[in-house]
Amino acid sequence: MDLALKPEHKAFADEVRAFARKNLSPATKEKTFSGKHYDRDDHVVWQQALGKQGWLAYTWPKKYGGPGWGVTERFLFENVLAEEGAPRIIPFGVKMVGPVIYTFGNDEQKERFLPGIRSSEVSWCQGYSEPGAGSDLANLRTRAVRATDSGGDHYIVNGQKTWTSYAHWGDWIFCLVRTNTEAKAQEGISFLLIDMKTPGVTVRPIIMLDGAHAVNDVFLDNVKVPVANLIGKENEGWTYAKFLLANERLGIAEVPASKRGVGMLRAIATDSLRDDPSLAEKIADVDLQVQALEMSELRALSTMALGGAPGPEVSTLKVRGSEIQQRIAELAMEAVGEYAAPYQPGMLFHDTNETPIGPDHAPPAAPRYFNMRKTSIYGGSTEIQKNIVSKMVLGL
Amino acid sequence: MDLSLSDEQKQLQEQAERFVRDKYAFDARRKIAATDRGWLPENWAQFAELGWLGMSFSEEDGGYGGGPIETMIVMEQFGKGLVLEPFLPTVVLGGGMIARSGSKAQKEALLAPMIEGKKQFALAWLERQSRYNLADVSLKATKEGAGWSLSGHKGVVYNAASADHIIVLARTAGSAREPKGLTLFIVDGKAKGLTRRDYPTQDSLRASELTFDKVSVGADAVLGKVDEGFGVVEDGVDRAIVALCAEATGCMDAINAATLEYIKTRKQFGVAIGKFQVLQHRMVDCFTNAQEARSMTLMASLKIDDKDPIVRAKAASGAKVQIGKSGKFCGQSAVQMHGGMGVTDELSVSHYFKRLTMIDLMFGNQQHHLTRYSNLAMAA
Repeated sequence: MDLALKPEHKAFADEVRAFARKNLSPATKEKTFSGKHYDRDDHVVWQQALGKQGWLAYTWPKKYGGPGWGVTERFLFENVLAEEGAPRIIPFGVKMVGPVIYTFGNDEQKERFLPGIRSSEVSWCQGYSEPGAGSDLANLRTRAVRATDSGGDHYIVNGQKTWTSYAHWGDWIFCLVRTNTEAKAQEGISFLLIDMKTPGVTVRPIIMLDGAHAVNDVFLDNVKVPVANLIGKENEGWTYAKFLLANERLGIAEVPASKRGVGMLRAIATDSLRDDPSLAEKIADVDLQVQALEMSELRALSTMALGGAPGPEVSTLKVRGSEIQQRIAELAMEAVGEYAAPYQPGMLFHDTNETPIGPDHAPPAAPRYFNMRKTSIYGGSTEIQKNIVSKMVLGL
Repeated sequence: MDLSLSDEQKQLQEQAERFVRDKYAFDARRKIAATDRGWLPENWAQFAELGWLGMSFSEEDGGYGGGPIETMIVMEQFGKGLVLEPFLPTVVLGGGMIARSGSKAQKEALLAPMIEGKKQFALAWLERQSRYNLADVSLKATKEGAGWSLSGHKGVVYNAASADHIIVLARTAGSAREPKGLTLFIVDGKAKGLTRRDYPTQDSLRASELTFDKVSVGADAVLGKVDEGFGVVEDGVDRAIVALCAEATGCMDAINAATLEYIKTRKQFGVAIGKFQVLQHRMVDCFTNAQEARSMTLMASLKIDDKDPIVRAKAASGAKVQIGKSGKFCGQSAVQMHGGMGVTDELSVSHYFKRLTMIDLMFGNQQHHLTRYSNLAMAA
């Protein structure tokens, strides 16, 4: 057992750092450290640079065009990029649908979809939640009915997806749809890939409590989807959906970003500590929580490296990761104090010449606190994760 | 970076598991706790035979070349069984400090026999007023010819009654609470002028109040350098903390397993109480707390041999914060979910709860180490 890095790993970390310094736009980096929202280009330009380098699909095996890295390389890659202020990689393509396609898809689908995901030429979004299917995801109602016409076999899809992150940027959406209404809830679901340009697909923005537009409703009205876009077998989509969710839960802990967050917190809190020494200990406490989470994630990754998909215990990482992100945001706002009150949307979403009211780090503090409440709700709420662990790990 | 156990380490783990299974069933432990010593010489002889007393010492010092990971593996199993043999005071604290700071003569006279199972140690640092401050020492050592004379009081000295030698932190210079001016002395457990008041602790260990009335020791009794004992004891305690954290993770695993079993079988309102979501989620939180405790203990075990003393101190304090937090959560939750049975002496649950509670208080509680970690992190 050893935490030390071998010389080749140090060289690898240097290579990643040099790449980030060369390819990450200063404007994007500035947004990271000032807490502003990214726009589409911040993500896409960066992800395409990673794609060209062969690093975007960094969790993929070599066989499917990934670098085939081990646990240490992945760990270093994620941490160095976070330290350098890179935006997180939007997970829907490389972290979610990509592994589903190369694990359960056919050869034609692999050839057709994987290159665009690896290069970030094609943007993906996730059609899981529905107005009546949140925590109870298997209750989804979006209906896909098989039909045949002169163009061949296809599905006609009708329904509504919601909370769809980046649907307004997405070229494709992967959807859970109901193909059998007679079977038990989990047994009549299929996994479909839908081109967002298909007639009948409409996107409506949902504005969040901090004023941000990241999520959307997606309406599917008689959308015609070729049968060739079905992943795996009809009515077995729930298996693929769960596989994807377990992968999602691992990355969703956002440890490298939280480590960066603790550093930023110490920097902005310096002035506040004079009058509130307890703040230093609250920061120390969340710092230690991040370390425990990181070590737990590394332990899970090393078990996975010995073979096997992430088990249900990764749900606990998601729970703790979201609580920690929330705590860091809360402490940043606490450090700012009453200057968290002025609302300056221009400082958050646009390039602007506006000067901040109050300290530089004040404008994003409260919006970020508000926004981070989502982390214990999305990707399976804390309560759902605990249900999963209770049933799958503890056998209750 | 590698987090997997070697084959030898896996064997050690199995060996320790077997020892606890064979020798530390709940009733067997109760009998051991009731003996005069409070631990069994035959178990200690078995530790020596299995090589556990020497596993974490260098071959140069007569050990088998292991380190903190080996200590972690064994201590974790000791936690599962609530093992009573004085491994922590003798091997981790006493043996460790002698190996790192002792003279060649001290190592030969003390460490080699300890590894063979023939000597035990105790560390006397605490005094009535010290609370968690290692430097708050007023027991005085004054020059007496070529040697020293020790007078004063030491409290809650674990294993003092069984120890062949007691390592005493004494003031040789400076004012009360000053880290500079402290010296460690190795004192014979039966020295003239040393009196003991022995007692059991809440968690069935043995400790003593010690009174030193002009106890004479030679110049060769000094461990390390005169006036520079603080760094030695601080480092020794940090390493003991990491071992203690491993013991606590074992306690948490055991208490969580007992609680899980209980809520699966105990029926109320016509169903197993583990069917109630409010208990399920509390049980999941116990599980998560134990996971985090294990993670922080592992990280601290991997860092506690670091060259940089600040890295070591942060690792020990960080892990101790987690252990305090997780131990309290798992202990209190286990008692609550066991209901009335949780507050009896009859089930193992209350015994784990008591041990976890005392572990938090030992060498500084959660709050103490949070402050220490915070100060170290802000200074960086």
